[in-house]
Amino acid sequence: MDIVVILFLFAGLLFFTGGAVGILRFPDFYSRLHPAGKLDTLGLLLSLISLALFNLHHFSLGALLTSLKILLIVVFVFLASPTATHAIVDAGVRAGLAPWTKGDERR
Amino acid sequence: MDKQGQENPDRERSLHNDNEDLSPAVDPQDRKLFFYPFVLTFIIMFGIWILLSGKFDPFHLSLGLISCGIVAYLSSDLLFSSPRIKGLLAQWARFIRYIPWLMVEIIKANLHVLYLAFHPRMMELIDPRIVKFQSKLKSDLALVTFANSITLTPGTITVDISVDGNFKVHAIDKASGDPLPGEMERRVAKAFGEN
Repeated sequence: MDIVVILFLFAGLLFFTGGAVGILRFPDFYSRLHPAGKLDTLGLLLSLISLALFNLHHFSLGALLTSLKILLIVVFVFLASPTATHAIVDAGVRAGLAPWTKGDERR
Repeated sequence: MDKQGQENPDRERSLHNDNEDLSPAVDPQDRKLFFYPFVLTFIIMFGIWILLSGKFDPFHLSLGLISCGIVAYLSSDLLFSSPRIKGLLAQWARFIRYIPWLMVEIIKANLHVLYLAFHPRMMELIDPRIVKFQSKLKSDLALVTFANSITLTPGTITVDISVDGNFKVHAIDKASGDPLPGEMERRVAKAFGEN
């Protein structure tokens, strides 16, 4: 059980690290949103699943309710994150920022 | 409840009005059309109430019953747009069957972006582009679900949708942008019974 929890947690952290590295490395505003908006979503899913499992260690009704609440956070993030990403991209388009294409200088 | 909030307000209002025309309880048939969405909304609301309160004494339960009843009465047409019980359950069953496929796609595509983020020659691999296409989906809810699914699968972000389903998608490289609309659109169409 502990091994599963640790595996999930490390997988989640790997995705979070990838997200952070991606934000630093990608060349422009739009492509930075790809790791920022999405690698975080999966990282959060994996690490929160591991937390929910870890919380069920000493099984009781209260612990079950807490685990379900943790999973409810995942559901809301899955709805909110793409919407927020879309809003940020939309703001960039409205401000007239042209997307980076191959061969340009990185910004 | 959550998906409807993202639609543009005009369409939402007209949707609301359509259902309000059905709900005034004049003859028994109309009363029945109002009843099932009310009961289902109430059950979901009360489940979430119990989950969030975690208290099982009569005081908190009755408080939950009353407030869930009021909220379900006022907004039962928001969560379930179809007034018929059969179409309603079938629609949700189809939608739930869509979720596992979406999860697999999310994980596959996440691994792809993770690979790109750590790749030493990342600048040569990526090739950002704007992909434009016309979607065949009709209803607002299907379009919003499709747009959110596109954004959730990494490598692609929905930039803009028009009301008639004209998509603009920002893709990180050719491999991410090419499969659109393709299979995801077919699956969304199936999930909302539009084919």
